[in-house]
Amino acid sequence: MDLKEFFAMGGHGFYIWWSYGVAMLLMVGEAVFVARRYKKSKQALAQMELEFLCANSTKVTNGQGIK
Amino acid sequence: MSYKRKIPWKKYASSTSFYALAARLVPIFMVAAILLSIAGLYTGFILAPIDYQQGNSYRIMFIHVPAAWMSMFIYLLLAAYSIISLVWKVKLADIMAYSLAPTGAMFAFVALLTGALWGRPTWGAYWVWDARLTSELLLLFLYLGYMGLYSAIPDRQRASRAASFLAVVGVVNVPIIYFSVIWWNTLHQGSTITLTGSPTMTGDMLLALLLMALACWAYTIAVSLRRAQAVILERKRLALWASQMSKR
Repeated sequence: MDLKEFFAMGGHGFYIWWSYGVAMLLMVGEAVFVARRYKKSKQALAQMELEFLCANSTKVTNGQGIK
Repeated sequence: MSYKRKIPWKKYASSTSFYALAARLVPIFMVAAILLSIAGLYTGFILAPIDYQQGNSYRIMFIHVPAAWMSMFIYLLLAAYSIISLVWKVKLADIMAYSLAPTGAMFAFVALLTGALWGRPTWGAYWVWDARLTSELLLLFLYLGYMGLYSAIPDRQRASRAASFLAVVGVVNVPIIYFSVIWWNTLHQGSTITLTGSPTMTGDMLLALLLMALACWAYTIAVSLRRAQAVILERKRLALWASQMSKR
């Protein structure tokens, strides 16, 4: 089977490739979005823990290091 | 009453052990989802023969049907977790419900879109106000309603309660979607796979469909667990902030 014929899908290529294209885009997009959210929340928590640790140990707690 | 203590429910429902378990499961299910979908697409596009009635357009089924199944299964899970969260106030159940909703909405949208793109060459129309299609559209709105309600209320406990109620009430829609092709005369075809009786398609078509369905399951588990992990960290950060503020 040649490639052109495969992508034409007997005249139904438009419907088939749009279906799979959008579905794939949404699924990959969601996975990337969730992975990013996870990474960000991990970093944010670590940073806050560090800030509070410093603030508590040095007793300089005039709002410094804490937003 | 001591028998109740034998099962360490607290341990399984605690977010710390859940977080550790999720961290181990996410990569496994993500890899499984990728491998299963490659196998499913290969079977569906290369091995499965052309349909004698619909031509090649039937191949949309391999994404359309799993997406539609997932949109319904995830809604059932969403409702179940919402009940657990409402009745027993298990925080983890609320986190799981919240984490499943966007994936369910995504699958409902994919089911509707691929359905429209399949309907055009098959029925001659992208959309008809048919019972199956309309009730699936309602499912998408229920997901969006749950997510919208959850984020619209600033107080998290109230937000969770309101959204959970909506999820539980909306579950009545799921059997309506499922049985719509039997109860009403619809344009949408009936199920090709039923619990009783043999499926009316060839082996490779069935195999492709099952592989794609498993891929979608694995994907859902991986993505929703990862989202739940992120939510646990976000809430932990808020709690830490609150405890530090109260110390001053």
